[in-house]
Amino acid sequence: MAKFSSKSKSSQEIPTSALPDIIFMLLFFFMVTTVMREQTILVEQDLPKATQLQKLAKKSLVAHYYLGAPKDEARFGSESRIQCNDVFIDIEDISRLVEQQRSEVAEVERNQMTMDLKIDMAVKMGTVNDVQEEFKKVDARKVMYHSLDGAQKGKH
Amino acid sequence: MADIAFLLLIFFLVTTTIAQDKGIMITLPPRMEEEVPPVEQHDRNLFKILINSQDELLVENELREDLSGLREEIKEFVLNRGQNPNLSDSPVKAIVSIKSNKGTSYGRYIHLLDEVKAAYYEIYGDRVGLSAKAYRELDLSAPDQKQRYEAGKDGIPMNISIANPD
Repeated sequence: MAKFSSKSKSSQEIPTSALPDIIFMLLFFFMVTTVMREQTILVEQDLPKATQLQKLAKKSLVAHYYLGAPKDEARFGSESRIQCNDVFIDIEDISRLVEQQRSEVAEVERNQMTMDLKIDMAVKMGTVNDVQEEFKKVDARKVMYHSLDGAQKGKH
Repeated sequence: MADIAFLLLIFFLVTTTIAQDKGIMITLPPRMEEEVPPVEQHDRNLFKILINSQDELLVENELREDLSGLREEIKEFVLNRGQNPNLSDSPVKAIVSIKSNKGTSYGRYIHLLDEVKAAYYEIYGDRVGLSAKAYRELDLSAPDQKQRYEAGKDGIPMNISIANPD
């Protein structure tokens, strides 16, 4: 009869000597990908879903505009508002703001500015159109309807 | 050492939102200084879609419950090339017209616009043997991919007319 040794010779411990390296690698990954949010968004942002999306080509040539009902309903009411750079703006301010944003980018790239519109699904088209008319006035005609990736449900 | 790294790691894990700047690109029409008389379009070359303030759809004068089948209809309309007398003369002349109302919700409008764009991208993709998704993701800075992109679009402009809401 052969003898079987009841003890296995292999070590039961996981080698942990490489653990700090792995952690550091993860750390660097997240450090590089992190974008700190510099703005507080004051409006509701339930963005629509769409499938035919295109990526923004140049991130430096983008102006962000947020449309939606204010989160703080008690102070700002429930009417849809426009937000740009941390503050609510009026519709008449848009042309001035676009000019300002244009002056901050290189002259050759000015006509390539994209207006990134982040619009809540519940906003009415009348408001969206008013904003677009303002963009047309200053010839900022490249508009992106910011959407999330995914199929929208049939009827909402 | 590892503890500090862990702490930092957890901090960045929590604060990270992987930025995804994606959306539906459109170019707005230029602003007209004076009223230009509208160019008369033959009715067969227009695919009319209306959305009212109750988010109800009227496609080619026909009330619709949802958007199912719309994509196929647009593809058929665009690629008709004069065969069916009710559909477009040629892809160049074919125009998909979207008209919304001031009370239409933005979500509904995007859903519709997405569907129309999907129809066009599927046509483009089919012509160069790609799926609509692969076609959209072609890298325009690479010459061979750019050429493929142009080949897909050639002769079929994406004529989507977005009328001002009334």
